[in-house]
Amino acid sequence: MPPLLSLLVGRAVKFCVGRVGASARNLPILLDFSGGGLRYANSPCPSESAELNGSTSLWGRVAAFSYHSPGNLIRMDWHILAQQLVNGLTLGSIYGLIAIGYTMVYGIVGMINFAHGDVYMVSAYLTAICLAVLFSFGIDSLPFALLATLATTMLITAAYGWTIERVAYRPLRSAPRLAPLISAIGMSLVLQNGVQLSQGAKTQGVPSLIPATLRFGEGNDFVQITLVQLMIIVVSLTSMAALTWLIQRTSLGRQCRATQQDRRMAAILGINTDRIISTVFVIGAAMAAIAGVLVTLNYGSFDFYIGFVTGIKAFTAAVLGGIGSLPGAMLGGLILGLSEALFSGMVNTDYKDVFAFSLLVLVLIFRPTGLLGKPEVEKV
Amino acid sequence: MNQPSFSRCLLAVALAGGLGLGSLANAKDTIKIGVAGPMTGGYAAFGEQFWRGASQAAEDINAAGGIDGKQIELVKGDDACEPKQATAVANRLLDQDKVAAVVGHFCSSSTIPASEVYADAGVLMITPGSTNPQVTERGLPTVFRMCGRDDQQGPLAADFIVNELKAKKIAVVHDKDTYGQGIADAMRARLKELNADDRVVLYEGLTRGEKDFNALVTKIKAAGADTVYFGGLYNEAGPLLRQLREQGLKVNFLSGDGSLDPAIVTTAGGPQFVEGAYMTSVREARNIASSQEVVKKMKAAGFDPAGFTLYAYAALEAIAASMNGAKTGDGMKLAEWLKSHTVPTVLGPKTWDAKGDLNETSFSLFVWGPDGNYTEMQK
Repeated sequence: MPPLLSLLVGRAVKFCVGRVGASARNLPILLDFSGGGLRYANSPCPSESAELNGSTSLWGRVAAFSYHSPGNLIRMDWHILAQQLVNGLTLGSIYGLIAIGYTMVYGIVGMINFAHGDVYMVSAYLTAICLAVLFSFGIDSLPFALLATLATTMLITAAYGWTIERVAYRPLRSAPRLAPLISAIGMSLVLQNGVQLSQGAKTQGVPSLIPATLRFGEGNDFVQITLVQLMIIVVSLTSMAALTWLIQRTSLGRQCRATQQDRRMAAILGINTDRIISTVFVIGAAMAAIAGVLVTLNYGSFDFYIGFVTGIKAFTAAVLGGIGSLPGAMLGGLILGLSEALFSGMVNTDYKDVFAFSLLVLVLIFRPTGLLGKPEVEKV
Repeated sequence: MNQPSFSRCLLAVALAGGLGLGSLANAKDTIKIGVAGPMTGGYAAFGEQFWRGASQAAEDINAAGGIDGKQIELVKGDDACEPKQATAVANRLLDQDKVAAVVGHFCSSSTIPASEVYADAGVLMITPGSTNPQVTERGLPTVFRMCGRDDQQGPLAADFIVNELKAKKIAVVHDKDTYGQGIADAMRARLKELNADDRVVLYEGLTRGEKDFNALVTKIKAAGADTVYFGGLYNEAGPLLRQLREQGLKVNFLSGDGSLDPAIVTTAGGPQFVEGAYMTSVREARNIASSQEVVKKMKAAGFDPAGFTLYAYAALEAIAASMNGAKTGDGMKLAEWLKSHTVPTVLGPKTWDAKGDLNETSFSLFVWGPDGNYTEMQK
């Protein structure tokens, strides 16, 4: 891995780890990936991190490390590292929320719904439209406007999910596996171009509505999380937990699992499998709608193409975590988000996707079913 | 372009019929000129500026008698800022629409491949907005620009960063595209000349189409940069600016003409995020004395000729002038004519060098105000 990493970035990557509780005179440990391993440095860390070794806060000493960029030394303080974790968690939660849609559909019908990313894109537009309508009616209570927007967007997006399943996938239920896949790609194009034609190609946006930010730290050394980022993380984890409970504990969940295990047998036992499959599409679309609302609040701008970029990442997250597994989708999303943010922050932004996908390849080599995926059981 | 003799027959018939220069006969006797750019897609705003500017020019030239008595008919070509689509559109304009000249394209990454197609066919092309040096550096005789080059735009920003802002640590970010990275590299080349390249603490590319640049922003913070230079377009510049401000970085922000568009206020999520950002761009054409009449006319028609609108207007004027002057539709002869004459345009008199670049530097610095509008900085 280390030689691969330096090969990947084409230059030396060095981490200088200050020792906990040691005096400033102590030599630091140098992780030198260019040389292929861990060694004790025979000289102190370069000047700026030496200064960090003398820093007063415990965390400053634990987490302080630095690395080389060409000719320059960039400080990697605890607050920078923590900030990158916040960045990664936010991004990962969004990936996770959207990945749920991919993973649930795959789990139950064994196909990849490539139109799912575009369903998320539609929800971003719906968010902006709902907000605009509410504000034009003179509703100035922000919490009410947001909840009403969330509810409306989830409802309409769920209707999209249901319709897509009904129109593009149900007629192909008994067709070979490739047919619904092509149908999914077609659906994705229909949604993209439909939105482009009806809403215009220009990037749209909503103004920043919730500027509140929580900051920890003093002066310039702080970690911050905006209220929206906090909402993204909390809502994602809550939705995940609620869905897991739904699948594991309720009657609907039992029917879902039965349909997943053996559709024909479930049907014989009186489960309306078509209805169950529709329900799964509706739930997946509603999750994408939550992501759409939160992302629109967080980043403010969107266009008809965002479904593609984010969809690919969310799909990757689902595969990484083990497609078909709900906690896997969340875990995959978080790992993908964190690895992007940390690689971007510590090594290079240009190659963050290369790193993320290399990670995916590695995981699939050693665990072909993903991190939490169950090994495929041959059905008799 | 010479129309087939058939249309002349038609004209004769029309005359013989006592119809005179009726509209039917007129419609047949036209010169087709392509207007190519991103008419759809994320950069459609620029495409619309091209189309509006060229349409107004065509209307005005036609009202003044057209080209050699023939009326100009514009044909729209949409490249969506995709290199592959650009060559397809170029071929369509040539083969199907048989255009005599082209105003376009916009994105340098589209203009470069499309210009090869036009050059092969010997058709004159004037881009109102592609600023990448490679557009005119490949020795294609029929390729012209109505705007400046990135290696003029980047240095202007570099001079400002070093001499006016007196930046100590500079972060350079680009979008890995021909235009974005080109302008960022041109800026850096000038920094080297000013012996200030060691002030660059970060040089990285972000991915077009993404919205989350928080990790990069945190990295810029970690690098302690006091100035950020971004080579790219407003779709990414907006979110980048917003995330810089949201993370509490009070850095100077500079970018190029691809970010100087009112739409950046939307992509950033409000004027409070854009305020104070500096951008280089082609000189504000709406302020030039010679453009006032056209500006007034277009505003009266309900379109504010911002950005590249008047550059597209001027490009069509140059095409019409060369066709009137050289009395031919042959691209090579038109190119020769343009390189040896001064053309009066809405942007003032223009001359071109042997490569097809304008003999002037037409860049200026702009700064965004608190109300979401930008103003040209006085030198």
